[in-house]
Amino acid sequence: MEPLVTHTGIAAVLDRVNVDTDQIIPKQFLKRIERTGFGKFLFYDWRYNEDGTDNPDFELNQERYKGASILLAGPNFGCGSSREHAPWSLSDYGFKVIIAPSFADIFYSNCFKNAMLPIKLSPEQLSPIVRKVLATPGYELTADLEKQLITGDPDISIPFEVDPFRKERLLKGLDDIGISLQKEHLITEYENRMGK
Amino acid sequence: MKKTLYEKIWESHVVCEEAGEPPLLYIDLHLVHEVTSPQAFEGLRLAGRKLRRPDRTFATMDHNIPTTDRTLPIVDEISKKQINTLYSNCEEFGVSLYGLESPELGIVHVIGPELGLTRPGMTIVCGDSHTATHGAFGSLAFGMGTSEVEHVMATQCLPQSKSKNFRINVNGKLGEMVTAKDLILYIIRNIGTDGGTGYVIEYAGETIRALSMEERMTVCNMSIEAGARAGMIAPDQKTFDFVEGRRFAPKGDEFKKAVEYWSTLPTDEGAVFDRELDLDVSSLVPQVTWGTSPGMVTDINGTVPDPESFDDPVAKEAGRRALEYMGLKAGQEVADIELDTVFIGSCTNSRIEDLRAAASVLKGKKVADGVFALVVPGSQSIKKQAEEEGLDKIFTEAGLAWRESGCSMCLAMNPDVLKPGERCASTSNRNFEGRQGKGSRTHLVSPEAAAASAITGRLTDPRN
Ligand code: SF4
Repeated sequence: MEPLVTHTGIAAVLDRVNVDTDQIIPKQFLKRIERTGFGKFLFYDWRYNEDGTDNPDFELNQERYKGASILLAGPNFGCGSSREHAPWSLSDYGFKVIIAPSFADIFYSNCFKNAMLPIKLSPEQLSPIVRKVLATPGYELTADLEKQLITGDPDISIPFEVDPFRKERLLKGLDDIGISLQKEHLITEYENRMGK
Repeated sequence: MKKTLYEKIWESHVVCEEAGEPPLLYIDLHLVHEVTSPQAFEGLRLAGRKLRRPDRTFATMDHNIPTTDRTLPIVDEISKKQINTLYSNCEEFGVSLYGLESPELGIVHVIGPELGLTRPGMTIVCGDSHTATHGAFGSLAFGMGTSEVEHVMATQCLPQSKSKNFRINVNGKLGEMVTAKDLILYIIRNIGTDGGTGYVIEYAGETIRALSMEERMTVCNMSIEAGARAGMIAPDQKTFDFVEGRRFAPKGDEFKKAVEYWSTLPTDEGAVFDRELDLDVSSLVPQVTWGTSPGMVTDINGTVPDPESFDDPVAKEAGRRALEYMGLKAGQEVADIELDTVFIGSCTNSRIEDLRAAASVLKGKKVADGVFALVVPGSQSIKKQAEEEGLDKIFTEAGLAWRESGCSMCLAMNPDVLKPGERCASTSNRNFEGRQGKGSRTHLVSPEAAAASAITGRLTDPRN
């Protein structure tokens, strides 16, 4: 997994509550055999018109959010099923950081497994950032995981909380497999000892 | 310290144990199939990781392959893609694959033992919940999800927490036409579908010792339906005889040495289990499921139970819903339940002994009018052997379809699907709503009962 230490990118606002995994990635795209390539199906039903063309009214289709990698979302983001396809599609689309007042539990922990940083901020902390982003096309934010700080010009500087174990894993780019692979010498030793 | 079979295997596979983390367990054998592997292979590729032990990884295709003429192209696009993906992944990562063209192709849990890959004392995993089947050989075998499949591919290990240990002692001689399938259905009827949750079950006692290896596999196969992640049976002479001479079994002196080790595996006299249960099966009759959970079991010569008589309100409600879905009435005679389809197959009951048992009932008989019956052998090797024994003739002369191997109607991912409302007597392991097709109604039975039911067109006690 790629480490995430600090990330700077264009922020996009998706001001909707209870965005569930079925809206993030509808059921019909679950049968694919790949783990990549889900980005083009992200928010499918909102993002495209029935004839397959872009829906100009959908937030992320706006010119100003082109190339956005930080998502400012509403409360209870990622609720619904536990499908890992939801973080796969957000990450494949290009998002690295998701900031919301609250997240669904499983989605929250799935983000860390997929090299994305979910950040919980109170609505009071979030609203000045949202105002700034809405007022300034192409506005960039920086999320510094090391310092646990969100910054943006000229005067945004907001600290955030993160579990130390998860922080450590993301900073080092360690997924579950990565953690087991740190013990590779022990695995080899075991194989030699047991003649396997 | 006296140890159980499970503890012995567990302890000899712990690679390391660090405070605050689950122990890392070494995996001896990883079986792979087309449905749960593509994203795991993709994960390796994306992370630039190697498959650690291709020599301990074996793949086959079983879940969604057609069981009709396989020289024809596969119609279903997604199935086709999954199958082709497995071919290319195995090639890229150097995994031995028993593909569509292989004479040894078969259901993953059938070919493991057949090829001698499954042996006592091993840890065995597969991205499939019926991996417990392999526990019949005195191995620790369990299913896992796609992210764990990838984990084993990359590390040949899994972080695992130790389960509790549950011994079920089964005694008494099974009656005529009462089978291992009836035995496991009866066990689930007793302990419930969550009776084994959190446990690894060891099946023991004189009845289990008297079972053949095929029958032991049938029992262990359905451990997951009892809620247990794994089920196991201590290895004995029958186990060694079954393994000896198979393709991947150790040979000559190596085999002797292996048997010496395998003989140390059975649970020590006096070892302590977290839970024990004694069952006497001397008066057991053939069993059948009446509802939509494998715990909803009744005697085949009995009646459909009345959920209103259940004490537990949750069971009562589930029972009502099940009756409605199944289109049955409380108190109705099981023998009056009419069938549309009979399926003999799946990793529970598709081995040569199962086919012989079904054939012995069907010999010289005819499938009832209006009933569609099919036999799907567990592997191409079994198919071949059955044909050598003339079993296929018995089936086709009786009017059953004789197919190529695969999972088929067990989960209906291939074209073998029931229509809404259709009712099937099935030798498989799951009777969930929609398992054999949307709106399908499944009754789980033994191969003997399935065969007898095909003849009458109703659920039938094979002893009659
Ligand atoms: S036969 Fe059924 S239970 Fe067995 S592996 Fe195939 S789908 Fe799973």
